Amino acid sequence: MSEVTPEVVQAHQLTPDEYERIVGILGREPNLTELGIFSVMWSEHCSYKSSRLHLKKLPTKGPRVVCGPGENAGILDIGDDWCIAFKIESHNHPSFIEPFQGAATGVGGILRDIFTMGARPIAVMDALRFGPLDDPQNGARNQRIVSGVVEGIAHYGNCFGVPTVGGECVFEPSYNGNPLVNVFALGIFKRDQIFYGQATGTGNPVIYVGAKTGRDGIHGASMASAEFTEESKQKRPNVQVGDPFMEKLLMEACIEAMATGAVSGIQDMGAAGLTCSTCEMGSRGGTGIEIDLALVPQRETGMTPYEIMLSESQERMLLVAHAGREKEVLDVFSKWGLDAVIVGRVNDDGKMRVRNHGVIVAEIPSRELADEAPLYNRPYTTPLRTVPMEAPAFQSKGLRDDLLTLAASGDLCDKSWIWQQYDYTVRTNTIAGPGLDAAIVRIKETGTSIAMSLDGNGRQCYLDPRLGAKLLVAECCRNLACVGATPIGTTNNLNFGNPERPEIMAQLVEAIEGIAEACEFFDAPITGGNVSLYNETLGDPIFPSPVLGVVGTVATGLPPGIAYRAAGRDLVLIGGVGTADEVRMGGTQYAKQVLHQMWGLPPQIDLAFEKRVQDAVRQIVNAGLAETAHDVSQGGLAWALAEGTFQNGIGAAIELDSDLPPELLLFHEGPSRVVVSTVNLPHVTAICAAAGVPAPVIGQTGSARLTIANRGETLIQVSVSEVRQIWSTALESALHTETHA
Amino acid sequence: MRFVVVVFPGSNCDHDAWYATSRNLGHEAQYLWHHDTDLKGSDCVILPGGFSYGDYLRCGAIAKFSPIMAAVKRFAADGGLVFGICNGFQILTECGLLPGVLVRNRGLRFICKDVLLTAATRNSPFTNEIPAGAKMRMPIAHGEGCYTADERTLDELEADDRIAFRYVENPNGSMRDIAGVLSAGRNVLGMMPHPERATEPLVGSTDGLAVFRSLVSACSAAK
Repeated sequence: MSEVTPEVVQAHQLTPDEYERIVGILGREPNLTELGIFSVMWSEHCSYKSSRLHLKKLPTKGPRVVCGPGENAGILDIGDDWCIAFKIESHNHPSFIEPFQGAATGVGGILRDIFTMGARPIAVMDALRFGPLDDPQNGARNQRIVSGVVEGIAHYGNCFGVPTVGGECVFEPSYNGNPLVNVFALGIFKRDQIFYGQATGTGNPVIYVGAKTGRDGIHGASMASAEFTEESKQKRPNVQVGDPFMEKLLMEACIEAMATGAVSGIQDMGAAGLTCSTCEMGSRGGTGIEIDLALVPQRETGMTPYEIMLSESQERMLLVAHAGREKEVLDVFSKWGLDAVIVGRVNDDGKMRVRNHGVIVAEIPSRELADEAPLYNRPYTTPLRTVPMEAPAFQSKGLRDDLLTLAASGDLCDKSWIWQQYDYTVRTNTIAGPGLDAAIVRIKETGTSIAMSLDGNGRQCYLDPRLGAKLLVAECCRNLACVGATPIGTTNNLNFGNPERPEIMAQLVEAIEGIAEACEFFDAPITGGNVSLYNETLGDPIFPSPVLGVVGTVATGLPPGIAYRAAGRDLVLIGGVGTADEVRMGGTQYAKQVLHQMWGLPPQIDLAFEKRVQDAVRQIVNAGLAETAHDVSQGGLAWALAEGTFQNGIGAAIELDSDLPPELLLFHEGPSRVVVSTVNLPHVTAICAAAGVPAPVIGQTGSARLTIANRGETLIQVSVSEVRQIWSTALESALHTETHA
Repeated sequence: MRFVVVVFPGSNCDHDAWYATSRNLGHEAQYLWHHDTDLKGSDCVILPGGFSYGDYLRCGAIAKFSPIMAAVKRFAADGGLVFGICNGFQILTECGLLPGVLVRNRGLRFICKDVLLTAATRNSPFTNEIPAGAKMRMPIAHGEGCYTADERTLDELEADDRIAFRYVENPNGSMRDIAGVLSAGRNVLGMMPHPERATEPLVGSTDGLAVFRSLVSACSAAK
């Protein structure tokens, strides 16, 4: 494969039109190396060519936004001269092909995005979606994927020394052939320590640092931009291998080198490796970069320019130093025992010029390559859905048993088997760790802590992508309110199927518009993120699965937990029992786990009311009036109440007053509701009254039982230890279920 | 009191140890690089947790060859206080300052969670301030923390009162529930749990402070 033929172009997943565009930009036919470079930069993964048009609808500005989308990570000002950098990234396709390394390098990639900007990573979270562990066909494989992914995340994050402080894990048949591994990372730095990925200053040296370049991961970005077929299983060599120890050294060395003042710009080599970093740095700086590949440290002999430029070997960075001060940079890397080699210079003609032993092997205008990827306004119709709108007739066979069914379900059961494999306490900043509504990491240098919530809800988004997405933003913000935090920004990971199908494109467009509306409303602008498309196997798409990470600030202190701390506390349902009907039950956990059906629509949401609820909760929490605060979400009110009982074994007696049928009253998932336990009822009630938010007292904590009644009729009575036992053992036993291979 | 915290490539609890001793305990603490050979007049050398040199080969196996470990060994031989936490404990067993070895956890998974410990002896510079019988809460975070030694060694450790800490509920399969052991001279301690991560209420426990306060007492008594 050395001549550029139509077949070769097609093998690079470039269309004839795209090829013509390349010829137009170059004014000639590209050679094979150049074709490879264009193919990765113009892949869906790197260019966002199907989504860019719609991503522009997202709100990206705000008083705290220092750097919005387009850089390696978004940056927000958190006051006192301190900033945070944060972003989410997917490693879905690699994690399916090779779960351990796929997930591990996903962590590595997002950590580099953070420290390449100068920030020290202080927290990681992960949102995981797998096929069911007891799936008759795929259960055994799903079990292996779960174990591998969790081990991979643990391996990389633990060794690197960043706490994994939270996340979520969901099981759905739609992820059988397409697990989703989305990793969020957040770092901190001072405002004057920010570095950008740009090459400026003609003649400045370009320095390659970190691991040597090998043949691994070639065309990873293109792989991540295609559907899975049977042949994909042959793509294992496309998955990179991570070395967290190398990354730890690289991070320490980069931060130390940046502190010398000799670094002018820096960018990690992630997707599309050396290609992406050279052209993007040139493009952002309005310059070009010239490098000689013969100088690039190589792990293998005989690598071609094509291979070197497209390798996705991990733990590598490209940096531009101020001319004359390169030795200061090289010395730091030498101290940390890392390769650091001057491989080229910044030029002023805007061309990315790649030589091999002096001979030019590629010459491409940086800006056109990086920023003028084709932009598609792909046709969209109405979002794909194949489930009925109408609700089936359903009546519970036993509400208590229904609750136990939820406790045993993969989505709601105890996930400590997963998160106990992650070091969540390293760096001694974790005030609220995994298993809570939101994680909190304090910043030692100031009195501020960062709260973060990571969430997705593919089921509700499948029923109505726009409404589902709004609900998702609202839930993340509500999670922050429960720990007293105010949302300040958002990162999103848009996981969807094949955008060339109009009904899938419609899911993407509607979800983006829903996110845009809600993020705008909650003053939580989007500062960056990731789009992962083509999540289909053999034509079967995943549920539309946007995952949001919302961050907020809160004064450093101990937040209320979710576990009831003592008997005799008043339980207040801030927001009230809410409204529900049968149609809007179709996306709930009750429908999924108990009825094994899906229909209808997600719950309705009134954003203005939601905001009033959140403001009231935040005020109550920050005034120290809540002993516990926990939002009602998946599993509904009954499940939210049950979750409060587990840790301390303290139950509750609940007496409701509602017209709703019991199944709806207990298990509907309407938003804008938070359960608070308090010893200071009058104060809590007064705050809610002032906010115009209903806040019925629904019962008291106490005893070792959970009892829920409505207007005198007992609906559920169950011992706390029984629910707890089922909840806490479900995941581990499901991971050891015998299924067909 | 003057602590030094050794930074190996791959150490990642160095900051935790430094913060616990300097900020939460309120004593002097500084970092030393693995190439250093001068312990800077330290009263106590802390070998922190992490993955020194990537923990390639075996946990702690490469760290024992680093330049600073020769100085640490001399320091220990002269009766200096050496405190290895987690990966630091693994390094101390690898370089022979402590008996036994840390192998993969029972269950073969990394475990991070709070555990309860008791001090098995108060007769050491690391445990003298810990109330007898007190259950101390602090996190563990390790994949290879299963303390293993031959029966004779274990009997000797017990006979010499050199078991420093025991788990209340054994999380990793360690023999005889051992969480930390002392050297024959009682001046070297290795433990898998992280007392430095339990030194302020914000992170959930202050029980680890008693270990560091014991060191302060021992040090001032010696001066």
